[in-house]
Order: sequence, then structure tokens, then C-alpha cells
Amino acid sequence: MPDRDLQIGLLRRMYRIRFFEERLKRFYNYHGYFAMASPDQEAKTADELLTCVSYEFASDGMIGGAVHLSIGEEAVPVGVCANLNDDDAVLSTHRSHGHFLAKGGDVKAALAELMGRATGCSRGRGGSMHLFDPRITFLGGNGIVGGGIPIALGPAFAAKYRGTQQVSVGFFGDGAANQGTFHESLNLAALWKLPVIFVCENNLYANVTPFAISFPTADIAPRAEGYGIPGVVVDGQDVLAVYGAAEEAVRRARAGAGPTLIEAKTYRFEGHCGVSSGHQNPHECAEWRKRDPIGLFEQRLLAEGIVIQGELEKLREEVLVEIDEAEEFARASALPTAGDG
Amino acid sequence: MREISYAAAMSEALREEMERDESVFLIGEDIGSVREAEDLFAEFRRRRVWQTPISESGFTGLAVGAAAVGLRPVVEIMYCDFVTVAMDQICNQAAKLNLMSGGQVKVPLVIRTPAGCGTREGAHHSQSLEAWFVHTPGLKVAMPSTPYDAKGLLKSAIRDDAPVVYIQHRLLHPQTQQVPEGEWLVSLGVAEVKREGTDLTLVAVSYAVIKALAAAEALKDEVSIEVLDPRTLVPLDHETILASVLKTGRLLVVHEAPERGGVGAEIVRRVVETGVDFLKAPPRVLGGADSPMPYSPPLEDACIPQVADIIRVVREMLAWGAHRPSGAWQGRVRV
Repeated sequence: MPDRDLQIGLLRRMYRIRFFEERLKRFYNYHGYFAMASPDQEAKTADELLTCVSYEFASDGMIGGAVHLSIGEEAVPVGVCANLNDDDAVLSTHRSHGHFLAKGGDVKAALAELMGRATGCSRGRGGSMHLFDPRITFLGGNGIVGGGIPIALGPAFAAKYRGTQQVSVGFFGDGAANQGTFHESLNLAALWKLPVIFVCENNLYANVTPFAISFPTADIAPRAEGYGIPGVVVDGQDVLAVYGAAEEAVRRARAGAGPTLIEAKTYRFEGHCGVSSGHQNPHECAEWRKRDPIGLFEQRLLAEGIVIQGELEKLREEVLVEIDEAEEFARASALPTAGDG
Repeated sequence: MREISYAAAMSEALREEMERDESVFLIGEDIGSVREAEDLFAEFRRRRVWQTPISESGFTGLAVGAAAVGLRPVVEIMYCDFVTVAMDQICNQAAKLNLMSGGQVKVPLVIRTPAGCGTREGAHHSQSLEAWFVHTPGLKVAMPSTPYDAKGLLKSAIRDDAPVVYIQHRLLHPQTQQVPEGEWLVSLGVAEVKREGTDLTLVAVSYAVIKALAAAEALKDEVSIEVLDPRTLVPLDHETILASVLKTGRLLVVHEAPERGGVGAEIVRRVVETGVDFLKAPPRVLGGADSPMPYSPPLEDACIPQVADIIRVVREMLAWGAHRPSGAWQGRVRV
């Protein structure tokens, strides 16, 4: 059982992800995002046409493109990444904010990246799906479903090759488990006993396609048996359960015993993409919301006397201040200019 | 000086780079049993050479991730045709990591792959796919035509911090050449004048260089042909090509890959944009037929430019203005 400080740390990181993504709702408007020229500016001449693209932001359109929220799934990245050091690698997905923040990524740099700023963690080149921070060996989100799984083998291979102790974590969703890269990667990692942890965040939907019409089995984890490695199903709404499963997988990897597949049963409380569409199955979503990973963990900490209500409120307040500061930082940051390298 | 084959030259490059740099390793299918890597396998087997299952996407992705944390993988794709199953890892991942990370992540990766036809292997084992990679920002593309360049470019590719696709025409493997002892590098982005001339610039890619030189020799009493080998297509040594065309006034590009959307079209575009006033005849591209590669030898031979085709097009270009060229390449077949 993790000690008190660690448990508080888990809660803090879940708050950070939740409040970060809730804050994004203020800035995200898929139909009016920032790269579009301001509609009231009409170019009259060719010279004006060359200069009229405006980057003056509307309050609701500072974040462009597709944004995939992980609200409801926070326990998975937080429980896994609490077992990792800065030099352990994480490969993420299109739904990457939670992974980035759970790994210790900087809130300011993340929000600045989403707002396309030069101060962003990828210097404005990446965007929501391509958050990077090599200092914490966070080697990127990925816009291709299943694209990051084989890349996660690389840092694990490098550790084995160099004789060092790092492990590598590849996060992916249930949809990616039906890509060929999943099977190729499990086989290679098992074959060479690479120190990699495959974490499948099964949120029951591949984009909008339900799990039930994509899989012939109830679980994904048993696929591990085919490669002779452990495959465990864990309650993805229970951060301590995730932490425990990852702890064992990381221990095993560092000991040279090879990879583990963890399937975390979880649920996103928002739509696949964007922030206002809501989940496609409201009734099912309402049921899952009763098992909010943050609420469950708060209740547990209170019930076990690890925290009192006032401490929770103070913790939330601290994290909200972080988000406020990040917003201030991102808003004040300059956009990159073409040619700045 | 000593005589070595193209295959042996690549093997030397790999051995030297592996001995020089602990971070260099080789990964791919069937490495232990085929081609020039055979002796490497015995020597480095334990740690430096990784023979994989048939999982191109998996091991290419592994190499991308290993490169991202500082190793220098050399990925072997057994046939250029098989890159299709690893395309996401090459074109979406390796090529883009540096940009997407804001320059923080480098991918010092070499994808080396035998390409081209001439060995009668049919539509899935004969392609020259360099245009796909030339069209993908973030990749470099090397296509050496001699043992000297094969070694020097492979060494430079391994030391480069960007992903390099290194395409080796399989008919070049047994070709031999006198080369120096020891090590040398050939820089990426430097073309070579293989034969000097004054009347027509013939840019040839990979194995087509051999055919271009044969055509130039056969025509030596009619026309003085300058043969250029760009050696790398990205970066492309446009300046050397342009300087030659400014001198000769005529440009013909020859490659085995299909003409449509090909590298020849790109080379012509760049020359026309800057040197059109100096052209004495319309620039031409002689490339592969607009067809998947058929198996039967006479059909395969008809689908790629041969020496006779080069000779005919050169004569058409020289006659331009006197009488109009025939236009369509008569060697092209319907299959």
C-alpha cells in the first residue's frame, strides 16, 4: 500500500488532469479555432490578402484542431506513472494530456502547446496530440491509432542494449489493440524480454465504435497468453488497483522478466473528440460517472482517515491555482514565428 | 587500391560504424542467412545484430523509439516493396518526430532496403519506391550506384541525425570497383559527374547510372554526354545539375521508377524554374512504365528504360527543332 504522501500525490495528479481538461472547455471551439482568419477582415488588394491572416483570438477559440479529453480515465495514467522515474519512457496516444501530466509534464508548457505558443512543450509544433518532453522521457502523443506501441519497444530495447534499468510504457486504447502493431509489439517484446509495460486503456469505444462489435472476447488482457506474458485486467477507476498492477509489472520488467499487458477497464465521460459534444451513450455514461475515479478515491481517503475534507479542498485550490497560472502563462506567451527554427 | 563489390562495401561500412560507435546496431529479417551481412552476424550476433520475426512495422517502430533515446539503428527491410507494411512508422513517426517535438527529439535512423527489378521477381519484389520518400518531409534519401558511394554514403547516413532511407538496387550488389583501403565518407547532398560532356546532361539514378554510361559511350562519336549521379535525392544537389544544364542546354533524367510523379519530374521542375532560358530542347524524363511490374522477362525488360531507349531519346532531343520527336516512348508496353 502506498504511503500517505504518495496517495495524496496520486490525488493531486488526478486533480491536475481533470482541472486542466475542464479548463480547456473555455478555449475550445472546433468551428472557430484560431488558425482561421478573422471573418471581418476582407482583403481588397493582393497585398492585403498576403497580410490579412489574423491571430487575434476569440475567447472560445484559442485551441485548434482535434482535442481528445480523458476526463473519467485519470486513474490509469496516474496509477501507472507513479511507478516511473524521469528516465523511464512513456509513449502516448491521441488522448495524451493525462499521460503527459501524470508523467510529470509541466502544466504551463502543456497549455501553451495547446494554444500553439512558442513556449509550449513542443514549441507550438505539436499540438494536443503531440505533446513531448524528453527531459521526463515523454516521447510523444500520437495521431495514429496503434502508432506508438512499437515505438515504446525502442527505449526498452535501448535499456536492455545498454544494460541499464529503465522501463518503457506504451499506452493505447481498445481500438489500437486490433491494430497489427499491437500483436507485432507484444511478440517482439515477449521474445526479447524487453522491459516494457503495455497499458491498454479500454474505455469501451474505439472513437465511436463500441467494444462489443469490435472484439470477439470480453477482455483484451488474455491476448497476452498467446505471447507467453502476463495479462491482467484491472479496474481503471480505482487508482490504487492500477498502481498495484503497474507496480508489479514495473518490478517484473526491471528484474529482466519481460513485458506485461495491463488492461484497465475505464470510461471517458466526454465525447471522443472535442469538449461540448458529450458522450454518445448518455445513459451508459451516467452509470459510469457514478464511478468517477476522483470521487471514489476521495471517498476512500476520507473513509480511511487519511485526509479530512478541508485538506481535499485545499489540495483542489492549489491545483486550480496551478491551472490559473498556466492559463496566464499561455495567454501571455508569443506565438512562434515561421523561420525561428 | 583494391577491388570490392557493392555488397562488400556496404558490409565494410556497417562493420566500421559498429566498431566505431557502440550505439549502432542492425535489425531486420533473415539477416543471418542472406546477403552481405552474413559475416557480421557471426561477429556481432550476440548484441549488435537482431534478427527479427516478420514484423516490419513492429521492428521499425522499435528502431524509431531506440533512435529517439540515442541509439543509431540500421533497419533492414528485405525488399523495398515491404516498406509498405512499415510506412506508418517511417513516414508518420520517424519522419515527423523531430518537428512534432519542436526539435527536441532526433531520430538517427537508417532504413536500408534493396530495390529495383531485373531479377524476375514479379510485382511484389521489384519496385523502386524512392519517390514516396522524396515526397515525405523529414526523410533523407540515398541511392548509391557504386561500391565507393555505397560505403561512403552508408557511413554518412549512419552518422546523420535524421532518418535516412538508403536504397540499394539489387543488381548493383555484385558490381565491383577499385576503391581505397580504409574508411571514407561521402556527404549526403553531393552529386558526382560520372562522365564529362558538353551537349546533353544525363542525370541517372541508381542502377540507371550504369545504363546511362553505356549509352554515353555508345554515342560518343555522335554527341558529348555529361552523366550525373545525384547519389542522394534528398538533399538534392540541384546546383551541380543546374550548372551542367546551363553548359549543355539539354536535360534527360533516367530512372527505373515510373515516370508519373517521379523523381525525374521533380529534377526537371527545378531546372525549368531556374534554367529554362538556357534549354535548347524540352527536358525529358525516361522512367518506368505506368504498370505494376510484370514477371515474364521480356515484359519486365520492356517496363524499364534500357540502353537502347536512352540512345533513342538522346537522338530525339538532339534532333529537336529539326524535326519533332516521336513523343511516346516506344519501349512502353501494355501488360
